[in-house]
Amino acid sequence: MRIVVLVKPVPDATGQERLRPDGRLDRSAAPPVLNGSDEYTLEAALRLVDAHGGDVTLVAMAPAEARDALRKGLAMGAARAVLVSDDLLAGSCALSTMQVLAAVLRTIEFDLVLAGADSADGGGGVVGAGIAALLDLPLISGAAAIDAAGEGAIHVRRIVGTGEETVEATLPVLVVGTQLLGEPRYPTLKGIMGARAKEMAVRTLADLGLDGAAVGGGSATTVVVAQRPPAARAAVRFVREAPHVAAREIVDFLVERRAVR
Amino acid sequence: MSGAVWAVAELGGDGLPTRLSLEAATAARTLAAAGGTSSAAVVAAVDPDAAAAALAAYVARVIVVRLPAEAAGSTVAAAAAAAAAAAAEDPGVLLLGATPDGREAAGILAARLGRGVLGNATGLAWGDGDDGVPAGPRVEMSVLGGRALTTSAFADGRGIVTLRPGVVTAAPAEGIGTVDVAAVAVPAPTAVRVIGRADAATRSASIEEATIVVAGGRGMGGPDGVALLTELAAALGGAVAATRAAVDAGWLPFAVQVGQTGKTVRPALYVAIGVSGAIQHRVGMQDAETIIAINRDPDAPLAEHADLYVVGDLFEVVPAVVAALRARGT
Repeated sequence: MRIVVLVKPVPDATGQERLRPDGRLDRSAAPPVLNGSDEYTLEAALRLVDAHGGDVTLVAMAPAEARDALRKGLAMGAARAVLVSDDLLAGSCALSTMQVLAAVLRTIEFDLVLAGADSADGGGGVVGAGIAALLDLPLISGAAAIDAAGEGAIHVRRIVGTGEETVEATLPVLVVGTQLLGEPRYPTLKGIMGARAKEMAVRTLADLGLDGAAVGGGSATTVVVAQRPPAARAAVRFVREAPHVAAREIVDFLVERRAVR
Repeated sequence: MSGAVWAVAELGGDGLPTRLSLEAATAARTLAAAGGTSSAAVVAAVDPDAAAAALAAYVARVIVVRLPAEAAGSTVAAAAAAAAAAAAEDPGVLLLGATPDGREAAGILAARLGRGVLGNATGLAWGDGDDGVPAGPRVEMSVLGGRALTTSAFADGRGIVTLRPGVVTAAPAEGIGTVDVAAVAVPAPTAVRVIGRADAATRSASIEEATIVVAGGRGMGGPDGVALLTELAAALGGAVAATRAAVDAGWLPFAVQVGQTGKTVRPALYVAIGVSGAIQHRVGMQDAETIIAINRDPDAPLAEHADLYVVGDLFEVVPAVVAALRARGT
């Protein structure tokens, strides 16, 4: 199975992340790492390839400094990476991101595309579904398990509002995953060494035949008009009494806050 | 004037709009009134009549799309249908709930309509353009794990917003709206077939809609702790939730996980027991109005984000709280 895993390099959540004065994310403030949600889908892709053959291609849109984050995915076992990187893409909105990633996917032959549920930085959780719509690919979200189902089909167990359901889908299809796909593997030393020799193709908007005036930061559909720190929560009230005294304090507090009558 | 404001409804297992959908419908009505435009709610389902009737109490107009029977349960088909209805009328703003299905629909609408998305709104108002950006929604969002609040707008005043629960209070309109059936063709999904279903063992209240959420973490230690959590939730009339650690341990289902890879809640009261409060958990609950934590570790990160922090053994404190609540008859 030829699998594309969409990955997003995001600022490492170390507490150093910040916004620039114009409201854009300052991507120089914290080193980029692979987005957590995308590591689950990558793990699912690698398990499918381990069991049924094929290979995994990582696709990302990010500044050139994100190469190291993609190397981790290669070290985990992906065969190659395609990084779309262009100065004109800085400040891209969600719509632009889905349009650019859809354009990359049009240049790649695949059976299955996997996307994470959301990103740790933007967090809108809309890009995977939008790409499926742009490419007219069938979409399966909330995936908890993915397995091959004979030639050209997969079974996906997915989380839905009422519980779970299992679907059978004819490939190609785009699947949005959850953490239930499985704990991501750690790269082995051999994997880390091998990743250095793997192909990392860097593409610009021009390479993809995209107009820098139609996508990217210059045509962003959304703008940040103001930013401020959140209102501080009132100081915490600590309770260190014996259990029955603490329980009474909790109940009094609930009454004070009108949570119970 | 940038076009009408629509709410795109999400239905619960009972076929009725979720509370968050009613909040979105209320927001559509108030936003439209502020912007001097009209509001509507769109509902796409195999059997949309009951939902349409419920929504008509909140907006002046409900747009119904009837899906073919084969599309039953397909959120993708419902979103595609809503997109077709929107493409026909070109509303300026579309509001959805920031739930898994709402985000999926927002992505499909964005792609099909070529619109921008502002996700996970924690505040919503109409801006008349005196900030230098065209008139339209002004959307407040909590970013960088809650360390900054931003106010954003659409560059041309038109776009899609997903709303966190509890940002708006659902309130019916004065009159009852009309119900129109949209004549859009909806192809049934053919590439994806449902071959099995397993309904959740207990149909617990959605944690996103609950006004009281009682969450347990690693400190629960196992099934005994979960039993205490469940008892406390019952005594408070709240919904049971979990941290990722408690879900990974197999104690509670993923559907009730709060945090980065789970759900975001904004209840009036959040009670955390045995929860350390790692940033990945806090992003899912830090906007709760009141936060009470019971934990053995006085230095856990949640101590800086709670209103009341009880340092103690949850196996002693929680039963005492349950007993005290029962003694009051609550």
